Amino acid sequence: MIQVEGLTKRYARNVAVDHVSFSVEKGQIVGFLGPNGAGKTTTMRMLTCYMPPSEGTAKVAGFDVIDKPLEVKKRIGYLPENPPLYPDMEVGEYLRFVARLKGIPEKEVPGRGEEAARRCSVKDVWSKLIGKLSKGYRQRVGLAQAILHNPDVLILDEPTSGFDPKQILETRDLIRGLGGDHTIVLSTHILQEVKAMCESLIIINKGKIATSGRLDELTRSNGAVLELSAPQGATAEQITSALSAVAGVEKAGAVDDGGLWRVDISTAPGAEIRPQLAQAILAQGWNLYRLDSASLSLDEMFLRLTSAAEEVQ
Amino acid sequence: MRNIITIARKEIQAYFQSPIAYVLVGAYAAMFGYFFWSLVYFFVRASMQSQMSGRAMPMNLNELVIRNLLGNCGVLCLFMIPMLTMRLFAEEKSRGTMELLLTSPLRDWEILLGKWAGAVTMYTSLLLFSGLNMVFLFAYGKPDWKPLAVGYLGLILQGAAMLALGMFLSSITQSQIAAAFSTFVLLLMLWVFEWMSNMDQNTLTTVLTYMSLLRHNESFIKGVIDLKDTVYYLSVSFFGLFLTARSLESLRYRG
Repeated sequence: MIQVEGLTKRYARNVAVDHVSFSVEKGQIVGFLGPNGAGKTTTMRMLTCYMPPSEGTAKVAGFDVIDKPLEVKKRIGYLPENPPLYPDMEVGEYLRFVARLKGIPEKEVPGRGEEAARRCSVKDVWSKLIGKLSKGYRQRVGLAQAILHNPDVLILDEPTSGFDPKQILETRDLIRGLGGDHTIVLSTHILQEVKAMCESLIIINKGKIATSGRLDELTRSNGAVLELSAPQGATAEQITSALSAVAGVEKAGAVDDGGLWRVDISTAPGAEIRPQLAQAILAQGWNLYRLDSASLSLDEMFLRLTSAAEEVQ
Repeated sequence: MRNIITIARKEIQAYFQSPIAYVLVGAYAAMFGYFFWSLVYFFVRASMQSQMSGRAMPMNLNELVIRNLLGNCGVLCLFMIPMLTMRLFAEEKSRGTMELLLTSPLRDWEILLGKWAGAVTMYTSLLLFSGLNMVFLFAYGKPDWKPLAVGYLGLILQGAAMLALGMFLSSITQSQIAAAFSTFVLLLMLWVFEWMSNMDQNTLTTVLTYMSLLRHNESFIKGVIDLKDTVYYLSVSFFGLFLTARSLESLRYRG
């Protein structure tokens, strides 16, 4: 549904988005994750034809954002970080205005406005001034605006920022409910959000894609935690060197944890080397107390990816 | 076309949702009412004096009242236009609603034509509202309606040109005050260029005089549709719209 290749946005002094490539299948919910200022909003603005890319191409539903912006815009619903609302308009009036902007035939305008309001549960404030609404209601009116013309692709920039916990849960349900019919790209810097809503994930940092893939694949096991007892006088070096010798181990670290040694081992994602580890330990004549696979949590992965890139710079 | 109407309708509604429309209608009615009253008062006094003197001179309503009134309207524009144009783009930009307009299936020129059409409609209705005063002239006198209509046409053309320039200045800033003030200064400059016509004739003074916005209205106020002046107003409007389109484009590139 979305194909992005080598997308780049250069400003006079910096590069906001640097050769980003990814693609999103129809019906997927993709989380766009990154620290503030990583280039999430800029990428979204290029996808929605708000600004043209400096380099590279992006296609939405088969239409290029540069050659066929009108076709792309018809198929995209966009909720910017600050919902684009007119405080002096009533909710109903605003949704009817948006319906006309999106090119919905005049006789369907009131119906479509009401349906969007119902789906985003803002029907009860239909004839209130937008300026008088609470932040949560405003955000949902913004969401109603984005889904009003039933777009193939929904692009949501931090859709739950500023919500209270109940509103966050409701909005997540709403967005999950929209997935399937719609392809959704949502940006956030809140990790729980991604876990709760998204099937796949793109982590972006300093304008570059740090990693991307399905959520379950990215967070799948990539190491082991084990506890063992070794004879008196054994040193941490002895233990780590013995375990590092096992094929597949990238890094091992041992600490004395009150009589038992606790060892953290990292491997390539998805590699399963627990049997080999067990054999290696027994071959040393040590006692094995615990052997678990460890998986990197999203938080750790995020921190590792975003700070690793910092060190390189 | 429908897109242009949608935007224009929204702009007109926005004038009435904010106090701007009411302030303008009130202020315009008060100023126009005063001009009308003082000119009619002067006309009545003068015609009475001419009758008392024994040799009654024929006095022309069109020449003495309507021309001066329309001339004053042109000057009033200077103060009204910035209030009509200041929010057109500056407000959308500061509220972030520009993102809605620019990501909806509209072409840039539809957005700016819609906004301009909305502002011109608002301005024209203000102007025609002042026509209520004219009813009295027709009730108690016999003015010629044709020069009056041409005069209004001239004011509408002049307003459309000024609104296009104001819209451009609103599109380059987020601050409504900055937009209003720069529009006011620009229109004032274009007005005072007229003074150059009193100086000695050289290329500079001729060009500056020709650029003066109000000067081109003189023929319309006299009841003459001058092609040269019509072309002037239309080209200034086009120039303003063109600059606004360029400014929207640069907004897209700069984000």
